[in-house]
Amino acid sequence: MSILDQTAVGLGKQIQAGELTAVEAVEASLAQIRAAEDHMNAFVTIDEEGALEQARKIQARIQAGELTSPLAGVPVAIKDNLCIKGMRTTCSSKILYNFVPTYTAEAVLNLEKAGAVILGKTNMDEFAMGSTTETSAFGPTKNPWDLEHVPGGSSGGSCAAVAANACFYALGSDTGGSIRQPSSFCGVTGLKPTYGTVSRYGLIAYGSSLDQIGPIAKDVTDCAAILETIASYDPKDSTSVKREDMDFTSALVDDVKGMRIGIPRGYLSAGLDEEVKAAVLGAVEVLKEKGAVVEEFDLSLVEYAIPAYYVIASAEASSNLARFDGVKYGYRAEAYEGLHDMYKKSRSQGFGPEVKRRIMLGSFVLSSGYYDAYYLKALRTKALIKAAFDQAFASYDVIVSPAAPFTAPKLGASLCDPIKMYLGDIYTISVNLAGLPGLTVPCGLDSKGLPIGLQLIGDRYKEKELIRAGFAFEQSRSYKSPALAKEWEVRGQGPAADRPEKWTGHRKTAGPAGKE
Amino acid sequence: MSKRYEMVIGLEVHVELDTKTKIFCACSTKFGGAPNTHTCPVCMGMPGALPVLNKQVVEHALAVGLATNCRIDQYCKFDRKNYFYPDNPQNYQISQLYQPICRDGYVEIETEEGKKQIGIHEIHMEEDAGKLIHDQWEERSFVDYNRSGVPLIEIVSEPDMRSAEEAVAYLEKLRMIIQYLGASDCKLQEGSMRADVNLSVREAGTEELGTRTEMKNLNSFKAITRAIQGERERQIDILESGGKVVQETRRWDDVKGTSRAMRSKEDAQDYRYFPDPDLVPVEISDAWIERVRAAQPEMREEKLVRYQTEFGLPEYDAKILTSSKHLADLFEAATAICERPKEVSNWLMVEGMRLLKEQEKDADELSFSPENLAKLIRLVEGDVINRTVAKGLFEEIFTSDIDPEQAVEEKGLRMVNDEDALVRAIKEIIASNPQSVQDFKNGKEKAAGFLVGQTMRAMKGKADPGMVNRLVQTLLREA
Repeated sequence: MSILDQTAVGLGKQIQAGELTAVEAVEASLAQIRAAEDHMNAFVTIDEEGALEQARKIQARIQAGELTSPLAGVPVAIKDNLCIKGMRTTCSSKILYNFVPTYTAEAVLNLEKAGAVILGKTNMDEFAMGSTTETSAFGPTKNPWDLEHVPGGSSGGSCAAVAANACFYALGSDTGGSIRQPSSFCGVTGLKPTYGTVSRYGLIAYGSSLDQIGPIAKDVTDCAAILETIASYDPKDSTSVKREDMDFTSALVDDVKGMRIGIPRGYLSAGLDEEVKAAVLGAVEVLKEKGAVVEEFDLSLVEYAIPAYYVIASAEASSNLARFDGVKYGYRAEAYEGLHDMYKKSRSQGFGPEVKRRIMLGSFVLSSGYYDAYYLKALRTKALIKAAFDQAFASYDVIVSPAAPFTAPKLGASLCDPIKMYLGDIYTISVNLAGLPGLTVPCGLDSKGLPIGLQLIGDRYKEKELIRAGFAFEQSRSYKSPALAKEWEVRGQGPAADRPEKWTGHRKTAGPAGKE
Repeated sequence: MSKRYEMVIGLEVHVELDTKTKIFCACSTKFGGAPNTHTCPVCMGMPGALPVLNKQVVEHALAVGLATNCRIDQYCKFDRKNYFYPDNPQNYQISQLYQPICRDGYVEIETEEGKKQIGIHEIHMEEDAGKLIHDQWEERSFVDYNRSGVPLIEIVSEPDMRSAEEAVAYLEKLRMIIQYLGASDCKLQEGSMRADVNLSVREAGTEELGTRTEMKNLNSFKAITRAIQGERERQIDILESGGKVVQETRRWDDVKGTSRAMRSKEDAQDYRYFPDPDLVPVEISDAWIERVRAAQPEMREEKLVRYQTEFGLPEYDAKILTSSKHLADLFEAATAICERPKEVSNWLMVEGMRLLKEQEKDADELSFSPENLAKLIRLVEGDVINRTVAKGLFEEIFTSDIDPEQAVEEKGLRMVNDEDALVRAIKEIIASNPQSVQDFKNGKEKAAGFLVGQTMRAMKGKADPGMVNRLVQTLLREA
């Protein structure tokens, strides 16, 4: 077995055992990135030198017995909306094309403390707005299963990189499905934790009340180990929750006897691809055979989740993205007349169309005269959706659904019909509105050979139920290695001329923010 | 003017709270400092940075709310006020609109017209913005974010005031309450207290409110008084000439004594307020309220009574001493050292007030230490120096906080009560003023006074005046 086929935890064990070094692992990942990048475009920033230097340091500490984490020395890729000190962080937007943070996101700090080696930053939909990774200013990421197809989004770069063995795991963020949906499209395992479990400090906000950082990996074991590492109570994030039950790996048990599983009847009806439906129901059968009790039930208000989500997320985004104004850092228009013209031109030129669409939508729903009718109503809907889930979790331990109604669409097919793209988030969005944990586990391939994902939804703080169910399913899954070990033909083509350049420079630890 | 007009005034008062750190981060709130040195990713609005509420801000706001008879909202929230301006690094200000911490309070003011209650609509917490510094020579501006995130409370009054006197009395009352609570130093000149005046006029006796304007840039009580008078006249002139007052924000120019329009209601911005999702609601327990209430220091009303009963001060003196928290603190500290409350009061009331008036200063600007005043009083009580010398020393304490004991030694200011030395000096004076001696013998008592004065001058003011008086009388009779 090649190094690249290892899971994160498997590799970590080999490194701890002295069978492999962190440097070898990084070199293998970098070689794979070099081979795959021209095809896939999963990275915005690749830090070869920094990763190798870091790997050498970490290897020394592992040998000195200072680092014993299962993730020590394991190469990771980070979604480009998580700040890393000295490493350019762009949110795949032109407006942050040169932004170099002076601080590192808490979740990434937790990984660094455990000895993770950061390879670079992954591509995403601009400011995490999109479901295909096509809205990136750095160009779309392509699905390594079929380069004609999108990887999903917004954490498409992270998911594609994991699927293509270009890294051993990655961090993503999930506001409306941005970890779970691309995990489904790329055939990898992705976990969105309960809101408040992973600190949002250093995550460049899209919809603050919905955003959560989570792991994207090759299997449930990796997800549990990564979540255990990145989750922490952080006094720097007011919405961070003090939890006692964060020993997630303790739930890696192949036992679902008596587990009560509910399937929302409405989730299996209109709009759901037949092949996806069959694969999901097949997975449910597996769990049933292992002793889970499964029944269908009616989850109310499903149809209101998408409009409520787009109102709330866009409202928050319109305010969160106001700080990108050309004054302090990031892109500033070259020619302008006075302050307001500078604002207008910098923002008009710096943001892409999907971001502009959501800023306009958000500004509209917050404006006086519309606030009650849209924003307040959406907040009330959110509360009702939460209540509907509360009611469901009185009867079930886990709710099962598809992660997306279809497998990865072709490139370009979604952006011409944004409403259709928005509707594709039907199964993932209400989980964010209710602040619940959700896990995507690959459960099959469709007739085109594209992956299908099973979504497991848990009650607040019940990640362990998801991990247990996901792990048990994984043990009896009919195909074993969902990640692709593909041989890439090296093409060596550069980025398109109209895009900001990719950054392959060494991570800088000094120097003012916003300047390279 | 044929009609009689009445003013309706409401005030919006911003007070910078006295906390060590900013409202949402751990940066220092210290005034001054090189630009952008008291900053971090949070108060610079950097992407990914998140606010965390400073509990001390809530405590101060609670204390002010309780002292102004407000109802405390035990579940309050922060909202974002969205607008673009470079002094505002996130392009939104974190404030409270929908659920402010305090509502429906009042303070009692006293003017020549008598006592009156002024209603407080609400008190809310918010963050201050940074400062723009415009380059005078080139077309560019700089931003200093040191002030960004400094905690403020905004106290919004009801439109209950009818004159400039009432507005100033209300502000003075607020300032006193807040200073007594230690929540802020409330310096108008330095901007730690800022007031915007909402003003409209209407025909006396009518109920309906006129169109109001909001006046900004008021940096002193005098400026507020002048701005109110000026705006009253401006609005009445408009109405008298058949015009209509336009609802707008105006900027007062105290040097010119006029105001100009800044922006009208039509270009009022839509701030798109909504609850800040980065902050959790503030839940204020009964116990917390009780703790803040119990920790409240002695307020002015209580001090006023205590000064009269405990120290036997006249009401007038007690009123003046308690009119400023700083003055009252000075009085109490000096009294605690020298145990002479009446003497301390006298020095502050007579010499202190005289010097303040001469130098056009405010009692809050008294900068000497209570130790030095107490030492001075002890020197007088112990007959070490006479009152004339003491007055001179007080002036030096007032201006440069000198140590009077040290000054007495260094400058040789001890009172001369050496009888031999005084006798010698008086004999010399008598010898060189035969005319005065003659006058005295002819029954002119005043002549003795002249000789006493000459003696004091010869002794450079340091002689014991009682002793000089007695000796002059004796020696004149002998002459």
